[in-house]
Amino acid sequence: MIATFVDPFDTLFNLQRALEGRLESDWLRDQTTSQGPFPPINVFQQGEDLLAIIELPGIEKDSINVQAKENIIRISGKKATTYPEGVSVHRRERMSGEFDRTLSLPVQLDPDHIKAEYRDGILALFLPRSERDKPHSIKVS
Amino acid sequence: MASAQELQVQKKRELENKEETTIPARIFLPAADIYEAENDLTVILEMPGVEKKNVDIRVEDGALIVEGRLDLTNYQGLQPVYTEYNIGHYARSFRLSSKIDQNKIAAEMKDGVLSLKLPKVEEAKSRTIQVQ
Repeated sequence: MIATFVDPFDTLFNLQRALEGRLESDWLRDQTTSQGPFPPINVFQQGEDLLAIIELPGIEKDSINVQAKENIIRISGKKATTYPEGVSVHRRERMSGEFDRTLSLPVQLDPDHIKAEYRDGILALFLPRSERDKPHSIKVS
Repeated sequence: MASAQELQVQKKRELENKEETTIPARIFLPAADIYEAENDLTVILEMPGVEKKNVDIRVEDGALIVEGRLDLTNYQGLQPVYTEYNIGHYARSFRLSSKIDQNKIAAEMKDGVLSLKLPKVEEAKSRTIQVQ
């Protein structure tokens, strides 16, 4: 079940296969509420913590709003594509507009230690698990 | 110009190439906007996750070929648990008309968005004709 990427030639392909395989995952099916499906989010697990990766090309960093509470993260902002005046548009495939998306995760987060990084059009949210949520081993006396 | 309609997710379109790729990976088409101004044509491609140094642009046989590669080391050790989109390299090619001055093509990349400026050849710029 765990996909390990060992062979460098197959690495990307294995990653893509693992991503496809989970497109129908039930993990968040009943728990996610959003205004709409944009932007697409991928959630990865890194050890105990989660990493959410969102594709948001061409956004002003200041216009991204990330909020977190307990086990919920909310990402909102505005994606703008502006064109100079008086141009004739041949093809328009990029989307623009406002987005507001809320994601409920099945683990409790530690909102004080969430880190968000926006680089090359990818917003990466490092979501550490809250201490109370981690399993504690109990000593048997 | 952008209407108030809800932003929709565009599912990534996969590249259908006449030649097979040598690496066993899927390549996607970046979303493109093309618009024409008086002196040049602008092509904007969205390739999130691609760094400036991993973009390859070339003109071959009258075709403009753009390739963007992802840095996979960022994904090492990560296990996908919930996915909505696929990740891969990007490639797209456009046929250039003879109206484009191929030597003066300029490119700029910021935040995963590549802007290409294709200046028109002098003769192709539109001329208004006076009616006597």
